[in-house]
Amino acid sequence: MTPVDALAESAAVWRRFGSHVAVRAVDLAVAAGEVVGLLGANGAGKTTLIRLLLGLLQPSQGSVRLFGAPPSVSGRRRAGYVPQTLGLYDDLTVAENWSFTAAAFGVRAALPASVAGVRNELVGALPLGTQREVAFAVALAHRPELLVLDEPTSGVGPLGRARLWEQIRQAADGGAGALVTTHNLEEAQECDRLVVMADGRVVASGTVAGIVGDRTVTEVRSADWARAFAVLDQEGYEVQVHGQGVLRVTGQAADVQKVLAASGIEAQARTVGANLEEAFVALVSGPAFPGRAVPGPAVA
Amino acid sequence: MTWGLDDVRVSFGRRTALDDVTVRARPAEVTIVVGGDGAGKSTCLKTLVGLVRPQAGTVRRPPKQRIGYVPATSGLYADLTVQENLDFIAGAYRLPGGQRGERERQLLERTGLAGVRARLGGQLSGGMQRKLAAALALLHAPDLLVLDEPTTGVDPVSRVELWRLISGAAAQGTAVVVATTYVNEAARAASVVLLEAGKVLASGSPDAILRAVPGAVGTAARTGAGLPGPLSWRRGAGWRVWAPGGELPAGVEPATPDFDDAVVVAELAAQAGR
Repeated sequence: MTPVDALAESAAVWRRFGSHVAVRAVDLAVAAGEVVGLLGANGAGKTTLIRLLLGLLQPSQGSVRLFGAPPSVSGRRRAGYVPQTLGLYDDLTVAENWSFTAAAFGVRAALPASVAGVRNELVGALPLGTQREVAFAVALAHRPELLVLDEPTSGVGPLGRARLWEQIRQAADGGAGALVTTHNLEEAQECDRLVVMADGRVVASGTVAGIVGDRTVTEVRSADWARAFAVLDQEGYEVQVHGQGVLRVTGQAADVQKVLAASGIEAQARTVGANLEEAFVALVSGPAFPGRAVPGPAVA
Repeated sequence: MTWGLDDVRVSFGRRTALDDVTVRARPAEVTIVVGGDGAGKSTCLKTLVGLVRPQAGTVRRPPKQRIGYVPATSGLYADLTVQENLDFIAGAYRLPGGQRGERERQLLERTGLAGVRARLGGQLSGGMQRKLAAALALLHAPDLLVLDEPTTGVDPVSRVELWRLISGAAAQGTAVVVATTYVNEAARAASVVLLEAGKVLASGSPDAILRAVPGAVGTAARTGAGLPGPLSWRRGAGWRVWAPGGELPAGVEPATPDFDDAVVVAELAAQAGR
């Protein structure tokens, strides 16, 4: 189902590089006013998909539309892109970066107040958080209708991240759509909707709650957590430590309890709801990823 | 033995990089130092391992050969293969042959690198490089493991594998200190130090930090009613609001603060105090 007013959309799009299939039958749409997060492990096909949506790559099969038409230079002018590397000139000042981009897009506008305080600083000399604010301001200068952001707040503290998200949300509230690619699950949780890719396919999409669904993990509390960790790890369970003496284990509570009891370890095991990270790992560790996150063996 | 920094001050010229910073690293525990870019995390870790000398305070650390340290950049030799990297480090620490083979096998298996022994370090993906660097730092089974942003930019699957490796080291008794910009990783720690602009904003167990959030935190669905304001910030499509006095404005629903809120509140409180 594709909203009629999709700013960017792909329908059953494929992209092959020789014998390698980077994107397989992907349907994706970004509508006005929404922030869509695109998640996936390295090599999942996120970057290829974005290049397809922007028309920087041609699909091998399927179709792509940008602002309702085949992607073109004039379509791309209506989009704003902030790469992870920010795309600023380090040896130009903030004001110079601004004028350069404004001229390229034919925009006449004053430097926004958020970065006016550092107008005469060289971009390369600014802290990363401030550089990111400048990159945002520059990318938003021509009031793009579609924002494409790659790890927009990586390396920035929570308050800085919240301030940057204020700008993304402001653009979305004003009717722009945003497509955010990220490895950062905190950032992913800021999005309205997520699309998870693995091995070129969309393996899940929806809200965080929808993607986590009714997945569960087993929480183990034990004074002897170190030995519990070693035993479960040895048995092939995916074990993660969450605070002192608390383990989160992929597997059924009853099985986990049995394994621990068999090694004489006193522990309380209970079933709890999975978090986004656990759901993500389960989703992308399907049969296409042998050897990863193998479920714990059944105990006789 | 508890390792760590006590009331440490580090200055570079006129700039104070660490101001009265205390970080404890206990055996079989993971301590996480959380902060944004420029908070002082790397300086903190370098001081702990002896690469930076503090102007004031005390540093307790094991002898150099009992420390494993991975800097934020690299931590491996790009022009050596995975196997050559392991051999080089094993040789440098003079690990005995028998013990070395078994340890290598375990670490390669745990990091999923067993299939790429012959690949050059520089040709590994970012996540694989971080896993190899951590494995190299663990090869000699150090008493103190110090990792500077091991998971930054790493995909979530590799991130989980790295944490399994790190937690496994702690489970075997190693004192571990990890720096990160990802606040949600703090939940994995026994103890957390929140660093900002070279100062400790909060420290303690994750639960203790949550319990100590001053005032009240609430959520609001939409803009209006004084939003945005200096004590509000975005969370998804809605807003979070902090009321230092505990009385939330009308239309703001009370919420149980999570770690992200705790960090933002600490940063807002620190700004107000400046």
